[in-house]
Amino acid sequence: MLLFLIYKEIKLELRNKYALGGIFLYVIATVYTSYLSFKNIIHPATWNALFWIILLFASINAISKSFIQDSQGRQLYHYTLFKPQQVILSKIIYNAVLMVFISLLCFIFYAAFINYLVQNLYMFLLVLLAGSIGFSSILTMVSAIASKTQGNFSMMAILSFPMLIPFLITLIKVSKLAVDGIDNSVCYPYLWVLILINIIVIGLSYILFPYLWQD
Amino acid sequence: MLSACLIYYFLTFGKTKEQEVFYIKMTHLKWWKIAAIILVLYAIIAGFLLPVPALPILHESIRNLYFHVTMWFAMITMLAISVVYGIKYLRSNNHDHDIISSEAINVGIVLGLLGVSTGSLWANNTWGAWWVNDPKLNGSAISLLFYFAYLILRSALPDEDKKARVSAIYNIFAFTMMLLFIGVLPRMTDSLHPGNGGNPGFGGYDLDGTMKIVFYPAIIGWTLTALWILTLRVEYKRLYEKIQNL
Repeated sequence: MLLFLIYKEIKLELRNKYALGGIFLYVIATVYTSYLSFKNIIHPATWNALFWIILLFASINAISKSFIQDSQGRQLYHYTLFKPQQVILSKIIYNAVLMVFISLLCFIFYAAFINYLVQNLYMFLLVLLAGSIGFSSILTMVSAIASKTQGNFSMMAILSFPMLIPFLITLIKVSKLAVDGIDNSVCYPYLWVLILINIIVIGLSYILFPYLWQD
Repeated sequence: MLSACLIYYFLTFGKTKEQEVFYIKMTHLKWWKIAAIILVLYAIIAGFLLPVPALPILHESIRNLYFHVTMWFAMITMLAISVVYGIKYLRSNNHDHDIISSEAINVGIVLGLLGVSTGSLWANNTWGAWWVNDPKLNGSAISLLFYFAYLILRSALPDEDKKARVSAIYNIFAFTMMLLFIGVLPRMTDSLHPGNGGNPGFGGYDLDGTMKIVFYPAIIGWTLTALWILTLRVEYKRLYEKIQNL
């Protein structure tokens, strides 16, 4: 059932290609704009922070529509067919996969256009993975909440920023360590914190979403 | 002691109607409200008069401990009450629980603002700036942002039932994340606050225990006062809605 729902999400996404294409173009355009304004970033801290800020806004753009695009009628139809837990898990998993693709694309373009400063690539990719899953789980739940307010984009930003900022600070800290080529053993505690946040957010979404769903 | 003072006042100055009402009101207070008054008065008077350890940099500003830290205790209590009633609301759909939950957040936000402003004054005197880049300060700023977002979310939902449900969900979500961000993340980094990043806890400054005899009563006193304000707000809200529904 879960797989079916994920399949449905992918099919829906592929059907209106403009949404997926729009996100990819958004990432590329933002990276290119940064390239035109910065030319070349040598300072690792700036390089790192700019990368994550680009990714933050791309993820808000990508995920904010995940509940808004479903019409009232379709939601009612799903309500009769599936358990709410399946719906939220399928959305989180789908968005996580989407975010992994977006962040990899963003990383490749960023490295190609602006600079490539990563010294510990293994750790950086792990952080990228944890960050993508974290963004997707936080933003999926927030977009479910925001969709109840006749979904405007500003509500999404207001509700999600307090949750994203501490997560983003931790991400930036550990990915800075990875960029500087610090040994893995120093990075692992931070990575565990990121994973802990992910588990808590997904658990909370699993518990709370059924209450949000009943309308 | 309080009622003894009131009886003295009452006998000395005779009685008018207003005095009688005041007297009845004060003597019929519940015990914990009387305790709140006495403890807060004690915290303010003893907090400014009793001796404190003489320490460099902190000097007399150490007395802010009785106000700054106690505000956070009271705020966390209010927010915890709000989450408990939020969960109760989700399980029962009882509108009264939503009133308690949302009003507890209103009181908590005021206490949080007081905590930030007293902390800011203290920081200016000891660390030399009104605001520093410290994990605990960032944590408190972010948790205030959380609860402002909560207020905006509530005002954006017109339907009463939906408002209560969605805001209870956001409240539970926000409180859990806040505990994580205030409780776990600051311990990962250095902080100027006592008890973090290799700094000794505040117990280390209070060598002879003179501050404990004010600090603990102050925590209880301010928390009880916050509870009292909460009961008044809830009562007001209930009456207001009763009038609206007439």
